[in-house]
Amino acid sequence: MFQSCADPGALSDVMWMLCYLTTGKHMNLYYAFGTVLLLLAITAPLALVFGFGGAILARSRIPPVSLIGKGYIAIVRGVPDIAFFLFFVIALDQGIEWLRHRIKCPDWGQDIWQGNDFVVCAEAKMPLSTAAQSVHETYAFALAVVTFAIVFGAFAANVLYGAMQAVPRAQVETADAYGMSPAQVFRRVIVPQMWIYALPGLSNLWMVLIKSTPLLFLLGIQDIVYWARELGGTATPQFTDYPHGDWRMWYFLFLLVFYLGFTRVSEIVLGRITRRLSRGQATMAGEALRKVAT
Amino acid sequence: MKKLILSTTLALAAGVASAQDVVRIGTEGAYPPYNFINDAGELAGFEIDLANAICERAALTCTVVQNDWDSIIPNLVSGNYDVIMAGMSITDERKQVISFTQDYFPPTASAYVGLSADVDVLAGVVSAQTATIQGGHVAETGATLLEFATPEETVAAVRNGEADAVFADYDYLAPLVAASNGELMFVGDRVPLGSGVGAGFRQTDTELMGKFDAAITAMKADGSLNALLADWFKDRAEPPQY
Repeated sequence: MFQSCADPGALSDVMWMLCYLTTGKHMNLYYAFGTVLLLLAITAPLALVFGFGGAILARSRIPPVSLIGKGYIAIVRGVPDIAFFLFFVIALDQGIEWLRHRIKCPDWGQDIWQGNDFVVCAEAKMPLSTAAQSVHETYAFALAVVTFAIVFGAFAANVLYGAMQAVPRAQVETADAYGMSPAQVFRRVIVPQMWIYALPGLSNLWMVLIKSTPLLFLLGIQDIVYWARELGGTATPQFTDYPHGDWRMWYFLFLLVFYLGFTRVSEIVLGRITRRLSRGQATMAGEALRKVAT
Repeated sequence: MKKLILSTTLALAAGVASAQDVVRIGTEGAYPPYNFINDAGELAGFEIDLANAICERAALTCTVVQNDWDSIIPNLVSGNYDVIMAGMSITDERKQVISFTQDYFPPTASAYVGLSADVDVLAGVVSAQTATIQGGHVAETGATLLEFATPEETVAAVRNGEADAVFADYDYLAPLVAASNGELMFVGDRVPLGSGVGAGFRQTDTELMGKFDAAITAMKADGSLNALLADWFKDRAEPPQY
């Protein structure tokens, strides 16, 4: 990065470290932090949407609809994350390509499954093999986001389902007495009040989601854990200008500090949200807030 | 990781390349000198140079992409890339799933490396990379096999005492032994394994494999493959030659 990094062997310790930490390879590590944060920023709201949808389906009074919602929650919650990640991403990817193949090459002579090979016509490849590597990476990232959202959405659905049931019955009865329709009761009474009951469960999910991001490497995305291992491993002088011993401990220590710091900030923010949502609620925390105010 | 792309662009007279003309080559990026990530964060190594040379001869546009070793064959057969060039030895077991070109690295010996000369490599704890011929070989000896996902970890296990010795390709270990100032040393006997290193293809992809095979034949004939081998495998007294 710096001009003076041309001959690292002759540098002082501080300059050597500065040059070392700004190599292109390290930039990939810093870039990977961005990837992880972006994944969290997109996945969390998307998982909440999946969860909300799942909870509404599970609450439905029409049995088949309710069964779909409850089935989604039960199946995804019951399957180990890793198994789901490995199976679902490959299945989703091949499913998309199979569909595109059906549409774009209807009169293709060959089979799609030939022995071990999964072969679709070049026009049906997703993304096309002519696409830039950045497109391939964006596609892999999108698959990862969808998979994370489905997994965490199922847990969120269970939390939200419970939270909707936890809204005091007196509130719902009062709304009924005012002549509100079930949809109005849901929109005006249940949804605004359920969050305080959902928050402990959702905050747990957020913490688990943060810690699950290293699963990204399973999906072929090079995340911070991958780069920490790659950069920390012994570097021999034949293949690098910055030879060093086994520094994995330091890299992983850095990750540990990062994850601890990140979850600590999350705890502080979630604490503030809890306080805010407790206002005016018929809960112990809401009562405490009311006493302070008067 | 935009930086991880090494593309050989041959826009010559070909005009607009059709979809079939971009060949994606998968490699591990963790196996110097065959393939690794250099300081600039880009893929480099013998196989990257070779891939570019082959693609130039065969007038193909190629992109080298990285994939971890464990899933390198599944991702080939499911079409995420078209070729594997990752220091993969040609074996009968792998041939049941994918096809190989002729070898572009001659059949070579695998070797044990330990911290002292008196290590018993046939009875101790020996580390090897998962899903390699070396791992398979250790499992057949009396030694206890300790598997790791990346080659670097197999050597780190010896350095920190977790394993008594590591068993890997001689040419992967040679630069590490040379750079270790006597800490690491070759122990035990060398074991010839595999039928050389070749490029792997889907079994249905015979046309593309033919192009690669022809280019390798041409490179063997005019000595350019030997030049590449001599360039990348300097840590041997005599670099492998054809």
